[in-house]
Amino acid sequence: MTTDQAVDSVPSTISSYLETKAGGPVEHDADLAAAGVLTSMVAMEIVVFLESTFGISIVGRDLKLDNFRTVDSMAALVTRLRENRDNA
Amino acid sequence: MTRRITVLGAGVMGTGITTLALAHGIPVTLVDLETAVLDRARASVGRQLRHAQLLGAAPDVPPGELTTSTSAADCAGSIAVIEAISEHAEQKDKILREVSGIVDPGTVIVSNTSGIPIDELAASVERPDELVGIHFMNPPYLITMVEIARGPRTSDRTMESVRDLLNLVNRRGIAVRDAPGFVTSRLLHPMINNAARIVGEGVADAAEVDELMAGCLGHPTGPLRTADLIGLDNLADSLFALHERLGDPQFLPCEQLLDHVRAGRLGRKSGSGFYEYEEITR
Ligand SMILES: NC(=O)c1ccc[n+]([C@@H]2O[C@H](COP(=O)([O-])OP(=O)(O)OC[C@H]3O[C@@H](n4cnc5c(N)ncnc54)[C@H](O)[C@@H]3O)[C@@H](O)[C@H]2O)c1
Repeated sequence: MTTDQAVDSVPSTISSYLETKAGGPVEHDADLAAAGVLTSMVAMEIVVFLESTFGISIVGRDLKLDNFRTVDSMAALVTRLRENRDNA
Repeated sequence: MTRRITVLGAGVMGTGITTLALAHGIPVTLVDLETAVLDRARASVGRQLRHAQLLGAAPDVPPGELTTSTSAADCAGSIAVIEAISEHAEQKDKILREVSGIVDPGTVIVSNTSGIPIDELAASVERPDELVGIHFMNPPYLITMVEIARGPRTSDRTMESVRDLLNLVNRRGIAVRDAPGFVTSRLLHPMINNAARIVGEGVADAAEVDELMAGCLGHPTGPLRTADLIGLDNLADSLFALHERLGDPQFLPCEQLLDHVRAGRLGRKSGSGFYEYEEITR
């Protein structure tokens, strides 16, 4: 996985990963906590996955569960952190 | 006096207890036999502090400072020493003896044993009234309740110090009478053992057992995922220790469990057990 892939592929990369955890399709706006996918252990696995896949570090106030409730919210976080990194 | 604590054993529990204390701003000296183990523990603590933050389980205070050491003698000056080494009575006896000769009177010595009676361990310390069991649950930095095992010789003063210590880390404890396995291991360990036996007999696979226990009976993860989190070697050791003290055959670790241990499949910490794990989940 490279970090210069098209921004559009971010949500689908995330949902493919989550499908292995959920054992089925994951809608981009589905609340993963309500669906029981976002357990305390899986939440941290997702953080590490996003960091290593997209070359970002999720720290400080960004490191909160609310950011990881849906594929869309994760994609927004990844996009923002990549922009911050690229503009730095 | 700074409120430093010493944690003995940098395995699954020692690391998690260290994270809990650091997250509450308390400095910790973490002791294990080898530097390599301590280096791995330091990396795990870093991950766990982030995990606690992610889940809103850490207060908004600067984390305490972590010091690692291969010498239990570095416990000198700590307000409490928490023993979390492997579940082997002889090893616990040896390290408790050493530590008890070093700490000042008034320093609480805590054992995180899963089920060796506190009064048995009290034979290893100079001041049995200052020894107490705090059975932290795994992962200690996420689970807010602990089981307190008060030995017959544990003093009221020690119980007060335990309360103070638990307040510092925002944990609630329920004190029970000293007995092999206390309440939680006496109930949980045979359940896990039976779950493994059921898998061995081909009644259902691990995922099916866990799904039934979660979906039908409200168990948070199912017994075999819990087993992998605990560590299958520790589970077998704890079951042997309980069997030795209770005599009940349901505590003898079943072959299915021992096969995993012999093959080095120790659960999350080794990357596989009843389930497979990715590197990052350890
Ligand atoms: N794993 C759990 O979920 C759990 C839960 C509650 C209580 N416990 C209890 O906590 C204790 C630790 O269990 P664990 O799962 O962390 O075990 P573990 O095998 O993960 O770690 C034990 C650590 O102790 C170290 N050690 C052994 N002898 C030592 C010595 N003399 N000096 C210093 N370090 C030494 C080992 O090198 C190892 O790193 C046991 O008594 C266990 O029964 C475990």
